[in-house]
Amino acid sequence: MSAEVRSTLGVPLNELNSGGFQLPSWCWPLITVAVVLCFWEFCSRFGIISSRFIPPMSVTFAKLGEEALSGSLWPLVGDTLRGWALGLGIAMGIGIPTGVLLGSSPLAYRSVRVIIEFLRPMPSVALIPLTVLVFGIGLKSEVFLAAFAALWPVLVQTLYGVADTDPVAVDTGRAFGLNGWERLYKIKLPSALPYILTGVRISSAVSLILAVTAELIIGSPGLGQAIEAARQGSAYDAMYALILATGILGYLLNIGIMRMQCRLLHWHQSQRRIAP
Amino acid sequence: MSVISVITKGHQPTVDVSSRRWSDARWRRNALGTTLEILVPLALLGIWEFVTTQLVHSFYFPPLHKILSTLVDVWFFDHMKADLVPSVARLLVGYGIAVILGVGIGAFLGLSRRAQIAVEPLIEFLRSIPPPAFLPAAMVIIGVDDGMRVFVITFVCLWPILLNTADGIAGVDQGFLDTAKVFGIKGFERFRRVLLPAAAPQIFAGMRTTLAIGLILMVISEMVASINGIGYFVLNSQRTFAIPEMWSGTIVLGVLGYLLNFMFLCVERKALHWHRGLKAGQNV
Repeated sequence: MSAEVRSTLGVPLNELNSGGFQLPSWCWPLITVAVVLCFWEFCSRFGIISSRFIPPMSVTFAKLGEEALSGSLWPLVGDTLRGWALGLGIAMGIGIPTGVLLGSSPLAYRSVRVIIEFLRPMPSVALIPLTVLVFGIGLKSEVFLAAFAALWPVLVQTLYGVADTDPVAVDTGRAFGLNGWERLYKIKLPSALPYILTGVRISSAVSLILAVTAELIIGSPGLGQAIEAARQGSAYDAMYALILATGILGYLLNIGIMRMQCRLLHWHQSQRRIAP
Repeated sequence: MSVISVITKGHQPTVDVSSRRWSDARWRRNALGTTLEILVPLALLGIWEFVTTQLVHSFYFPPLHKILSTLVDVWFFDHMKADLVPSVARLLVGYGIAVILGVGIGAFLGLSRRAQIAVEPLIEFLRSIPPPAFLPAAMVIIGVDDGMRVFVITFVCLWPILLNTADGIAGVDQGFLDTAKVFGIKGFERFRRVLLPAAAPQIFAGMRTTLAIGLILMVISEMVASINGIGYFVLNSQRTFAIPEMWSGTIVLGVLGYLLNFMFLCVERKALHWHRGLKAGQNV
């Protein structure tokens, strides 16, 4: 009767124990991670790969700890987070209302369809040179690039979600005397919410990618810029430590957004667990 | 049965008449939609041209006709050979390797639950690192050459394809597997005829998201360190204040992204046409 425990890849964890080998399933990920980290340490220590270009794992993690404790890491994380949050916020602020509008009016959608279809697959990094000319090399450029790239997933998902609302539900609302706004808030938006949140999740990842890219290439302050500076200064242990920090940041943001998605959609089919 | 057919028959004429009346209005709406679809983008381009030639003379926003004539001069065909071809070649090689590795390793993981669980945290972490952050590391380890650019594209494109393949293969309907077992289909034949087609929709979904990331990595790997390629061309034009050239490169990148996406959709439609048919059948 207990709900099945599933890993993120969708594998039922308890099925692992059906074999003859009675190792608890949570051991396996730990073993792999430990093996990979030891392999890294070993290769670097014994010169299989040059320890100048890839410092041992222990050195890299020590460096990461040092940066975190000395406090030099946190302003960088803050800068990158600010770029990410502003980019995602602006993208949502423009994308969701526009998506609702275009999703409710087929004519409006068709008149801008060509423009969206052209701008959406365009690699947003192509705009970097133009952005530098117009906004300079600071936070503004970073936010513009992040917002531009993050706009499309959330816009298109909202559009599909609103357009996909069950027409019977909308008609029922109309029959019960709900006006346009009420139909939007009580029927269309809740029904589009799963789509919108998926869009927000993709946009969040895209926004972080573009924020780091802008820091790396344009040199706006943040983790990306610090990574590139460490590379140019041949401080390779710091470079790997910062890359790890960026990865941890991306991982935490992703988990945070997933949690939010679960909480907001607790009523939705995709989040229900079926007891066997 | 007969009652139903009588009712349907009896109703059919009225349905026909009303649908004709409907289709008249619908046709008009459709025509209006198509007109807007063509006119609005053209109008925007017209406004751009008008504003940049008549109202504002900005150095950074040259008139449209100037950009377009530069585009024709520059890209047909000098820089197409010098910059566009190497860029696209690197992208396709990197992407191709990522697809082969991703599907191969992903299939292995999809078949072995233990392996899948064991490597999951590792893959989740590698996937979480924003792809551009790998670039400096790759420059240090491999050096600045074409191999590095291809490697970065492959490395970044690999994870979504791998995860989608593993997920797709792990989710193959047990009925298919049992049927294959009954017919004695084993080994590679089982992989090619049962597992791969069943997981194909999900694999294609992974490949499509990956293509966009690959394109981004193609551009920025050329911006950071390169002597050719379209990313290098665009950034270099900006640094030498060759503004119309920069705009032309940006437009070429937009068209490239659009075309790659379009070609991918065509391939996907062709490869998965049976799947779409199946879906439509289920809905009916």
